[in-house]
Formats: sequence, structure tokens, C-alpha cells
Amino acid sequence: MISSLDNFSNYLYKNKHILLLIFLLPPLLWLGIIYLGSLVVFLFHSLFYLDGFTGKVVYQISFSTIAELFSSPANIDILIRTVVLALAVSIGAAVIGFPIAFYMAKFTSPKIKIFFYLAIMLPLWSSYLVRVYSWKLILAKEGIINWVLAKLHLTWLLDAILSLPVVGGPSLSISYLGMFLVFTYIWLPFMILPIQASLERVPNSLLNASYDLGATRRQTFYKVVLPLALPGIAAGSIFTFSLTLGDYIIPYIIGTSKFFIGQAVYTHQGTAGNIPLAAAFSLVPIGVMAIYIYFAKKLGAFNAL
Amino acid sequence: MIKALNLRNINKRYNETVALSDINLDIEDGEFFSLLGPSGSGKTTCLKVIGGFEEPDTGDVTLFNEDVTYTPPFKRNVNTVFQDYALFPHMNVEENVSYSLKIKKIPKNEQKSKVDEILSIVKLNGYEKRKPSELSGGQRQRVALARSLINRPKILLLDEPLGALDLKLREQMQFELKNLQRQFQITFIYVTHDQQEALSMSDRIAIFNEGKIEQIDTPNNIYLKPKTAFVADFIGTTSIIPKDFAKKSLKYNYGFSIRPENININSNIAEYDFSINASINDIQFQGSYYKILCQTENINLTALHYLDMKNPLNIKIGDNIQLSWNKMDITNLDD
Repeated sequence: MISSLDNFSNYLYKNKHILLLIFLLPPLLWLGIIYLGSLVVFLFHSLFYLDGFTGKVVYQISFSTIAELFSSPANIDILIRTVVLALAVSIGAAVIGFPIAFYMAKFTSPKIKIFFYLAIMLPLWSSYLVRVYSWKLILAKEGIINWVLAKLHLTWLLDAILSLPVVGGPSLSISYLGMFLVFTYIWLPFMILPIQASLERVPNSLLNASYDLGATRRQTFYKVVLPLALPGIAAGSIFTFSLTLGDYIIPYIIGTSKFFIGQAVYTHQGTAGNIPLAAAFSLVPIGVMAIYIYFAKKLGAFNAL
Repeated sequence: MIKALNLRNINKRYNETVALSDINLDIEDGEFFSLLGPSGSGKTTCLKVIGGFEEPDTGDVTLFNEDVTYTPPFKRNVNTVFQDYALFPHMNVEENVSYSLKIKKIPKNEQKSKVDEILSIVKLNGYEKRKPSELSGGQRQRVALARSLINRPKILLLDEPLGALDLKLREQMQFELKNLQRQFQITFIYVTHDQQEALSMSDRIAIFNEGKIEQIDTPNNIYLKPKTAFVADFIGTTSIIPKDFAKKSLKYNYGFSIRPENININSNIAEYDFSINASINDIQFQGSYYKILCQTENINLTALHYLDMKNPLNIKIGDNIQLSWNKMDITNLDD
């Protein structure tokens, strides 16, 4: 008994790839079938189409659904609106997140750093819906922002901002500006943590070397710190960008009546029963992300990896 | 004569820890000067104060008669070779080396010729387009040197630059560093914990211990005339005879140190000033000699037996032997 077990263990020891396979196969199957497999099957649906007369899905390969997606001006509007917002949110999160990440990585004691980690992660532990609804209240006409600005006699300023075309609206809670604020708030941790991790890996001796070679703090920032933080910014923006592209709750709660990709997918696969068009909409974020990562790589965002 | 560097009464504390305590130091122009000490002795902090990366709590730093105590590093005419080389990982060799020229906005073609020149001096032509990650440890070391020397600084600070290299490479780099220093005729201030390195390369050495300088002297004097027990013990191998033992057993009024090469084993006692009985604790083979570790009462003594056909080793562990030496070979210790 023991000797046969021994033999088996010796066999595994000599044939490490079999041992590796035994351990790796279940998670690989999970990744392959549940993640990629189902995604491919779903996206494959975009090659089918909805029979306009019967309202049933026709299982024949055709590009008519994808053509429909890109030929309808309403759909194009949805795509552009979503991509522009995702871009704005990524930039906003990077602008707010970078100084915090920089401070965390380079100027804090270990205790303060733990405080920052907690402060950044804590919101993630509470319900996403609760937080979005709280923002609805904060941004509303009766909300705290309006109240504070009224007390400061600055209501005219808010009105001026809200009267701006496109980004404005009747109140912050029903405007693109409000959506931008809430999205930036919600995804900020996903931007800060990768940037902080990338800055953490930049040894202080590199900064000292730069000063030593005659560079001022500003020059050091642009020539050494920023290039080395770029992979972190790229990783963070991949999160904020793709998460914004796919979200449908914030546009639903904060937004105007105009649709975003997530809402379009939700509506088409739900009430409309148009799975092919929903699948076609889902193709867009994947395509956009592929293009985004391609250009990020071209611009050297991953050179310092 | 203008000194390359003066440190006057430098003090530096980190919270409760005293990093530098009343450091005074003068370094001549063109000198190869080493700051030597165990880790945590304050030598690296001292280098950081000279480079401008740390401000002293009190005291003055003067470079070529100019007070730079509170001058930031990028305005000092010194350059540093960092312990981990601190090469910019996102730049290739050429970009790393020309970094300071780019900062100074020197014309491109002039940059190119300067980079070519310095790379040929450190024997790295043809490596311009390599990233630091594609270089060996020794090559990275050369890039760091080239990057610091391209500006022709008046003083080059080196923070344990050879610490990460293996022995053979280290010996070769010691030789090349010394050559570079002669070629450029600039002051090298060299931090190391390796006494052999400091002894073989330096014009003068400052021995650091617990934030204080124990002795500043030439390698020769540091070895032969150590001023304190710490220096005698830290540099090379030595046996320390404390004052009370010397008084009691040797009728000598000072504590002193004695180098192992000056201790004779089982020789004619009459020819020597001092003689003592000791037992052998261990015999260690070292290549060209045996190291004989002996003990008498609670005093440890180290003697040597050189490998020689005519003089075989005829003692073994546990033997009682006679150790003798002359007064001219001992160094009295202050404490």
C-alpha cells in the first residue's frame, strides 16, 4: 500500500509536467470554458439576426446585425457617447488618482500607507447601488451641493455650468457632468492602486540619480517618474475605461434619458429579445479596448514593464 | 591650497539614532579618499550629506571654498555612483549616459561625441542601444560610471560601487577605477565596508564607527599604527591585549594590538621582548599560510604559520605553545 503510494509520488516527482497538469487543469477549464467559451458563444450570436416579422432569432450566419448596429444613427450616438464618457472618466480618475498614488508610494510611513489603503478600499466594501443612490441625493436640486452653493451665493455658478451645452442639464443629477463625477468616484480605486504599485517599484535612488545629474524636481518628474508610472496609468485606465464602457446602472440612475452601451445591451437582450443586437453592442467595448491597448503599447506605455 | 571638500562639525540624527556625530573632514583635490566602516557606521549618511541628498542638522559642507550645506544636489558639481547603479530602466545606455547633457540642453551632435568618448573610456562601445536589463552587473557598473563622469565633475562620490560584483570582477574594477581616477584627475570619495578594497585603492582612509570618525590616515598608517582598538580590530586581523592583562602578565603599562604576522610560534624566547603561553583552539588553512587561533585566559590571539617545505606544521589543536613578539611590532591603544 505504502510502497505503491510511494511509487506514485516518485512518478509525479520525476514527471513534474503531469503534476502541474493535475493542479492546473481545473482552473484552466474554468477559465477556458466558463470565461472565454461562453463569451465566444455569446459574441457569436452577433452573427445571427432577428426576424423583424416573427421576432424570432434566425440562426444563420449573416453580418446584417453588425451592419444594423453601425448603420443606425441612434446606435452610433450610443457608441460615441459611451466611448467619450469612458475616456473622460479615465482621464479624470488619472488626474485625481496620480497625486494620491504618488504621495502613497513615495512620502508615507507604513502606518499612513495602511490608512490610505483602507480609505481607498473601504468604499468598495459597501454596496455599489447604495453609493450611486447617495450620489443621486448629493447631486439633486435639493441636495447638499446645491445647498452649499446657495449658502455661498454661488448658485449662479452652478447654473452657468449646467447651462453648458451637452454636459449640462436641468440638475447635476440628470446630466453628463453628474455621471462623470459619479463614474470617476466609483472607479477611482481601480486607478490609484495600479499607479501606486508601479510607483512603489521605482527606487528612490533613481530620483536621487536624476537630481544628482542636474535635473530639477520637475524635470525628474517628467523624465523619470512619469515614464515609469505609465504602465500603472495604462493598467488603471484599462480598468476605468472598460468598467465605464460596460456599466448600465449609473447611466440609468444618474443619467439623462439617452442610452449608453450597457443600457442598450440590457434592453436588447431583455424586453426586446434581440440577443444578436445585444451581442453586437457587446463587441464594441472589446474592439475599443483592443484598439486602446494597441495605441497605449505603441506610445510606449508598457516599455518600463 | 584649496580643499576639494571640508566637513565642519557635521551632526545628523534620525529620530533617536545618531547617524553622524561631530564629523570633521578635509579632502584634498585629486585625492582617492575612502570612507570605511561597518554597516550602520554613518559612512553612507556622510556621503549623502556631501552629495546633498541629506541635510546635516548642524555643521557646514564646503566644496572648493563654496558653502553648499543647503544647496540641492542638482546644483552641486559632484556626481554619484549609486550602490544599485540607479540606471533608468526605461532608457538605453546612450540615453542614460547623455541624461545630464540633455538636461543641460547641450546640442545633439556634441552630446553624441561626448557619449562616444566616455563609452570608449569605459569600454562599452557598441552597447548604446541596450537597455540596462540586457547588461551584466559589470557592464551596468560601467554605464553608471560613464553617466557620472560625462559631466567631468570635480568630485565623484561612489557608494559601495563594487558590492554587487563577484570577486574576480571586483578586483578588475578596482584596477580600472584607480586608472579612471588618474586619467580624469578628479577627487574620488569612496564608501566601502571592504577593508581590503579601501587599503589597496585609497590615498587616505577615514574609519567610521557609530557615527564617529575613529581615524583618518594613509592605508599604511591605518594598518601599522591604528589609533584605537576598533581600528586595529576592524582593519586586517589583529590580537588585542587589554591594559589590565598586559600589566599583570607582561609587565607592560598599556593595552596594545599585535598583528598575527609579527607573532612567532615556539621560537627562542630570549630573542623577544614579550612571550606568553597559550593553547591552540583551531588551525585554519588559508592557502599560503595556516591561521593559528590561540587562547590564554580569556584573551584570543591569532598567529600565522606560512607554508614552507623546510618548516612543516608540527602543532595541533589543543597543544600548548609559546607565542613571542617584539615591542617594536606592537601598537599601543589609547583606551
